Order: sequence, then structure tokens, then C-alpha cells
Amino acid sequence: MSEPSLAIRKFSDLANPTRFLALVALLWPWMAGLTLCLFAFGLYLSFATLGDYQQGETVRIMYIHVPAAWLSMMCYSVMAVSALGTLVWRHPLADVSAKAAAPLGACFTLIALITGSLWGKPMWGTWWVWDARLTSVFVLFLMYLGLIALNRAMADDPTRAAKVGAVLILVGFVNIPIIKFSVEWWNTLHQPASVVRLDGPTIDPEFLRPLMVMAVAFTLFFFTLHVLAMRNEILRRRISVLRRHAARAVGREGSDA
Amino acid sequence: MSHAFYVTLSYLSAFGIALGLVLWVWLDHRGRQKELARLEAAGIRRRSAHSGEAQ
Amino acid sequence: MIPLLLRDIRLSVRAGGGALIGVLFFMTVVAVIPFGVGPDLNLLSRIGPAILWIGALLAALLGLDRLFQAEREDGSLDLLLMQETPLVLTVLVKCLAHWIATGLPLVIAAPLLGLFMNMDEVAIGATTLTLLAGTPAITFIGAAGAAIAVALPRGGLLVSILVLPLAIPVLIFGVSAVHAAIEDPAPFLPPFLILVAINLFFAVIGPVAAAAALRLSSD
Repeated sequence: MSEPSLAIRKFSDLANPTRFLALVALLWPWMAGLTLCLFAFGLYLSFATLGDYQQGETVRIMYIHVPAAWLSMMCYSVMAVSALGTLVWRHPLADVSAKAAAPLGACFTLIALITGSLWGKPMWGTWWVWDARLTSVFVLFLMYLGLIALNRAMADDPTRAAKVGAVLILVGFVNIPIIKFSVEWWNTLHQPASVVRLDGPTIDPEFLRPLMVMAVAFTLFFFTLHVLAMRNEILRRRISVLRRHAARAVGREGSDA
Repeated sequence: MSHAFYVTLSYLSAFGIALGLVLWVWLDHRGRQKELARLEAAGIRRRSAHSGEAQ
Repeated sequence: MIPLLLRDIRLSVRAGGGALIGVLFFMTVVAVIPFGVGPDLNLLSRIGPAILWIGALLAALLGLDRLFQAEREDGSLDLLLMQETPLVLTVLVKCLAHWIATGLPLVIAAPLLGLFMNMDEVAIGATTLTLLAGTPAITFIGAAGAAIAVALPRGGLLVSILVLPLAIPVLIFGVSAVHAAIEDPAPFLPPFLILVAINLFFAVIGPVAAAAALRLSSD
């Protein structure tokens, strides 16, 4: 091809990392800008709305806690789809996507845990309760950390790490409903009745608007970071391939001399 | 302690973690770019670098 | 399949196979607990089933990294991969052999350790029964973790980290079935049947995932 076209026509064209990089370079400033605008708007809304008569000011924690918790689950779904992409369609970008998403998912889960804990202290009087939701999010956090540990342990062979990591992601994905169900069962057995349930009253539209804006902002934030982290991962793999070629070339010259 | 304290603390911690992520992505990118530039300067480049096509 | 089963059992029971180490570890963990929580017999009998379950869970995870590693080191893993019989079946048989060699001794040791924990007959019986139903599930899901970490030189700790979150449901239903058996109002059967269901479910996805991981990490 003398005249390379970088246009993406089909979804499968994304499989070409160079085209993907070109698309990322084109798109990411827009995504980042839109994310910033949405965050500005969402933060304005979350502090402009009234506090709840029961929960007071702390209801504002909800505007970051709920979107973070939502992202912690969505990120795992993104990883599961990527794992399918690796194992079934052998899409070359799928394993890059899964690997780049794991630290992001862990961080959003950490945000959800910390803000949940900070919400729990004034509401329940304790930093942590073994509530069904908190517990399952905590287990999810452990699963993210396990995946990151696996990726780090197999850092010298990223393609194999991606393949077996994909198996692990899918096994975890199948298990998430079981873990959720079992934690809820366990919780109803041991739950002291005094704990305030968060999902009791329906959410007032007053709170729903900032919540929605913040959720969209968080989601866009995640995707911006995700494509940028994928770009870094592609570059990292290119560098290691180049290094290997260079080392081989040096070895060949050495044997010639 | 007042509720505002918890609200501020949770917003700050979320902001801190988000900032950490942005910094990680940004610094990672800069490091990789530099590494590529160094390899390029050493005369090591991708076979397909001129055509812009991967293999 | 039977020869493979017998071979695996013989290999793990043999000296250096590590089957007995699991039981020893189980006993040591359970014996250490009273030093941590104090010799109060009432407290011990109350937390006894949970202690036995956690000890068995940890002991079952301990030997898992050897499930495929020895085969990989001496090259027989490649032979297993090239066999006519489906790899899933081979993995399932290897899991069964591993459970007979390391899981079953834990179940047999549980009543003895239950006496140390001042548990009554019902509690001991229920704990042994739930361990019998639950430890295969840990082995099956652990096989997936072992296959994932097989390529790593020091994968043992990683296997435990990867598998423990997935084994939480087994622990929950095992312990709650025992509690249901001790405390009258709660029925014993529902949690026990769910435990059996989890066991069967893991018997499917564990070997399938392990076979996939073994294939992927070999090519």
C-alpha cells in the first residue's frame, strides 16, 4: 500500500493498532473536553441541590459514590467482553483493552469503597459494616487486585498473560452472581436489624438529576482513560518488540564479526 | 464531626484517586514516547514505520 | 482414566507428594486458634465450625499449585494435552485424584479437630458432612486457578489470591448449613443443597476453565 488510509470503515478495522492509535489521537481531546464539561456541570448540580432532610449534607457523597460503584461493575463487564474478544474472536486489541481496564476498575472500586465508608461513618456511626453491598464490592476489589497481580507476574509474556487472564476474567464474571447471592444470604443471617437500608426510599428527582449527570461524566471519564491506557499499552508492546528485534540484530552482527 | 467534613473528605479522596489515574496514564505515555524516540534515535524503527501500515 | 486417577493418587500420597502436609497444616491452623482467642470452651464451640471450615479452605488451597506444575516440569502435561480423550475429562479426573489425596484426609481429620473445639455431636457431624460436600468445589475452582498460574515459577501464593474470592460462596453456605443444623429454627437442607449445587456448578466450570487455560498457556 503506497497510500495508506487511516479511515476506520468497519469495526474490524479497529483491529489494526496503527489505525486505532490514529483514531485515539483524533478523539481523545474531545472526550477529555466533554468529560471536563460534564464534571463541571455535574459538580455544580450536586452542590446546588438541596440536602436530604434525613441524611443532610452527606447525600452529596452519593453523587460520587453511586457512579463509582456503577463503574466498578461496568468496568468488569468491559473486561469480560474483552476477554471474550480475546478467546473467541481473537481480536488483537481485546487483550490490550482487558489489561488496561483492570487498574481503572480497581481505582473506581476503591473510590466506591472509600466514599461508601465515609458515608457510613456519619450515617451508621461506623466506618465499615459487613453489609451485603459493601461486602460484594470488596470482593470485586479483591478480584481486580488478583487480575492485576496476575498481569504483573506474567509481565514478560503479555500475550500469554492476556489469554489466561481472559479465562480468569470469565470465571470471575460467571461467579459474580453467585458471590452476590451468597453474600446476601449470609447477610440476612447475620444482619443486625439496626442498620439503615440505603435502598429504602425511592430517590427524589431532585437528587436524580445530578446523579445522572455525574454518572455520565464518570462513564466518559472511564472511557477516556481506557483508550489512553490502551494506547500506552500498545506503545509498550511495540517498544518491547523493537527491543527484541534490536537485540537479535546485535546478536547477528556479533556472530558475523 | 460535621457532615461537611465527610463530604469534603470523600470528594477529596475521589479527586485524589482520579488525579492519580490521570497522572499515571499521562506519565506512562510520556515515558513510552521518550523510549520510542530513543530507539528511533538509535536507528531502530518499525519496519512499517514509513508506510504507516502495521505489517 | 482409572490409571490416571490411580497414578495421581499414588504420586501425591508418596513422600514429597504433599498430601499429608495439607492435613498437618489444617491441624496446625486449628490448634493455633485457641491461643489467639483464648481457651474459653463456650466461645470455641460457637466458632468451631467456622474455624474448621476456614482451616480446611486454606489447607485445600495450599497444595493446589502442584496440581499441574509437576506435570509441566517433567513434560507429561504436553502428553495429556495431545491425548485423544478430551482435556476437560483429564482435568476432571486429576481434580478428583487431588481431592481424594488432599481433600478427603481433611474431611476425615475434621471430627477429631471438632473435639478440640468442644463441638457437640450434631455440630461435628454437620461440619464433616458439609466439608465432604464443599471441599470438592474448592478443588474444582482451584484447578482453574492452578492452570492459570501454571506457567509461573512461584505461582503458589498467586493461586490462593486468585481462588479465595471465588471460594467465598462455598465458605458461606458450608458454615451456614452447620449453623442451621445446630440452631433449631433454621432449616439445614436449603444451604446444604445450595452447597451441593455450587459443587456441581464448579465441577463444570472449573475443569472447563482449567482446560482452556492449559491449552492457551501451552501454545
